[in-house]
Amino acid sequence: MDYGVSDSAGGYPKRSAQYRAIKILLAGGFGVGKTTLVGAVSEIRPLRTEEPLTEGSLRTDSTAGVEGKTTTTVAMDFGRISLRSDLVLYLFGTPGQQRFWFMWDELAIGALGAVVLADTRRLADSFPAIDYFERRQIPFIVALNCFEGAARYDTEDVRLALDLEPDMPIVLCDARSKESAKEVLITLVEHVLVTASEEPLSGIA
Amino acid sequence: MPSNDERWLDAEAGPVVRPYALTQGRTRHTGESFDLVASVVATHAFADPASLAPEHISVLQLARVPTTVADIASDVDLPLGVVRIILADLRELGLVVISTPVVMAERVDRHTLREVLNGLRGL
Repeated sequence: MDYGVSDSAGGYPKRSAQYRAIKILLAGGFGVGKTTLVGAVSEIRPLRTEEPLTEGSLRTDSTAGVEGKTTTTVAMDFGRISLRSDLVLYLFGTPGQQRFWFMWDELAIGALGAVVLADTRRLADSFPAIDYFERRQIPFIVALNCFEGAARYDTEDVRLALDLEPDMPIVLCDARSKESAKEVLITLVEHVLVTASEEPLSGIA
Repeated sequence: MPSNDERWLDAEAGPVVRPYALTQGRTRHTGESFDLVASVVATHAFADPASLAPEHISVLQLARVPTTVADIASDVDLPLGVVRIILADLRELGLVVISTPVVMAERVDRHTLREVLNGLRGL
């Protein structure tokens, strides 16, 4: 980590007052390549959450017989990209299922936008994530991880299958490739720029 | 009564652990809430090591240079919820300052977005 060093007088390091943190979410079903993508483009680090089950997740998940279990452990992918000394991008990869929405509610606050990583063989796995971001009005794009052996689909067929707006970017990617992962993030930020010119940015949060 | 434990005890649900034992069972922290990428930095107030739990001391040491809540949780390998409570304890003792990152999405201006774009392109 290249944080600025404390000055000799013992005051706060200058960095603390100046750095800007940008959050981007990466959602998708298990095994869709979230960890691979985060690792391809950033310093990836393990991050665990052990969160109390919310009322929402208690409704979603049957806890019959395990009433004593009020917390759940979830592993997240956490990556950081230092874009400049004072500008850091944080990537948070989270499981896409509804039972993990309690994590998203927090992650989504202040997030710049989201990438829904999808596998064309299991497109339905991305429905909950798409629903979530649409409902919360968080700008997002869809990235199709092109697994070897998976049939290539036309992005327009995918748009139809996922019922996405015509102006919603859908990109093909190879989650293992740094260049490809970069392109995915660039497409998202460009999309946010376009969205921001149409409506005030306050709609994001 | 048949047990339905199996439904929960799968790999996705994770192990049934008791990390909140470190926080005396508290699952909610005190004081103002803070973001995952909020900046944390130790103050220069005196901390009596004997009065702090080892986990509190580990977290305090990591905060000697400004870092984030998520970075600390990853470094100490404790769940985020537990680290939050430890950080709030340290804040209450005046040992750390937690501040919200300067720019959150609701305030991301076009200039910053372009800076992010340029930064990504230059990777």
